[in-house]
Amino acid sequence: MAIHLRSRDELEKMHRAGLIVHEVLTALRDAVRPGLTTMDLEKLAEEKIAGKPGKPAFKGYRGYPCSLCTSVNSEIVHGIPSAKRKLREGDIVSIDFGMEVEGYFADSAVTVPVGKIRPETQKLLEVTRESLDRAIEKMRAGNRLGDVGNAVQSWVEENGFSVVREFVGHGIGTKMHDEPNLPNYGDVGRGARLQEGMVIAVEPMVNAGRPEVRMRDEWVAETADGSPSAHFEHTVAVTANSPWILTRPKDVTGPSW
Amino acid sequence: MAKQFNDEKKKGDSGNSKEDAIEVMATVIEPLPNAMFRVELENKHQVLAHVSGKMRKNFIRILAGDKVAVELSPYDLTRGRIVYRYK
Repeated sequence: MAIHLRSRDELEKMHRAGLIVHEVLTALRDAVRPGLTTMDLEKLAEEKIAGKPGKPAFKGYRGYPCSLCTSVNSEIVHGIPSAKRKLREGDIVSIDFGMEVEGYFADSAVTVPVGKIRPETQKLLEVTRESLDRAIEKMRAGNRLGDVGNAVQSWVEENGFSVVREFVGHGIGTKMHDEPNLPNYGDVGRGARLQEGMVIAVEPMVNAGRPEVRMRDEWVAETADGSPSAHFEHTVAVTANSPWILTRPKDVTGPSW
Repeated sequence: MAKQFNDEKKKGDSGNSKEDAIEVMATVIEPLPNAMFRVELENKHQVLAHVSGKMRKNFIRILAGDKVAVELSPYDLTRGRIVYRYK
């Protein structure tokens, strides 16, 4: 299957979806505090998108029941919001959200500390966020997918954490999951060459302990050793000049999250 | 939302990569030379089937009368590949 190249026009459409994603995620990030349930976050997201164009991308995707994925502590990705799951001081929660507007998708995620967290967990968040920045920096025409994956893997492993193999970043456009796959590991100089117009959801998933994954059910993936896991994501387009983060406003610069 | 790696591959349980084949039950009618067999499908059609490489490698013996699973190519329904012998 081929990798789609998107026109400027298409990128602008994805950016429109991306701006909504960004608005919702920043609102949720600021709302997180001890005592909330993950279902409260879901409801807040639903309120935020009411009246906006488009629709949440995850709801109904392969039968997924909610608009958000909320993955707490050792949950890596695809945690399903629940009224029984109460956030406690010291937890971390990964919030993953996507929108579809006029047939174009955008997908992003951020891991948020709940109250005060342990310094090791803080470091996990910082390293994962930094690995996303390093990966985005590699999203330039002429580089290869392996360069991007390697940027994540080398930084994460240097810091004593590990990257998840079972889940990968992905091409995104008129489908949420498209070609190519972008693993968060790889060898420099390997893989498909990046070209102007390619759009990929770059999403490092980093475990504090070992990389193995256990599926709790059809959706929820958690670390096999119970260690905490962090997840940061942006939808990024390769352009003629620097990489374009579609899931945040153009005037925002600096670190990805 | 993260994409599950290789989720396409996990669907079929056989390690056989020849994905588009149709798998059906059959009974062996007679052995033929070169590890070929004439088998009768549940719908009474008779097809010529060879033994899959994996079964040959593991010396799975097939005799007339055995119940087997046969994969049919969607392109040529007169030929198939025996992928499993039932006890």
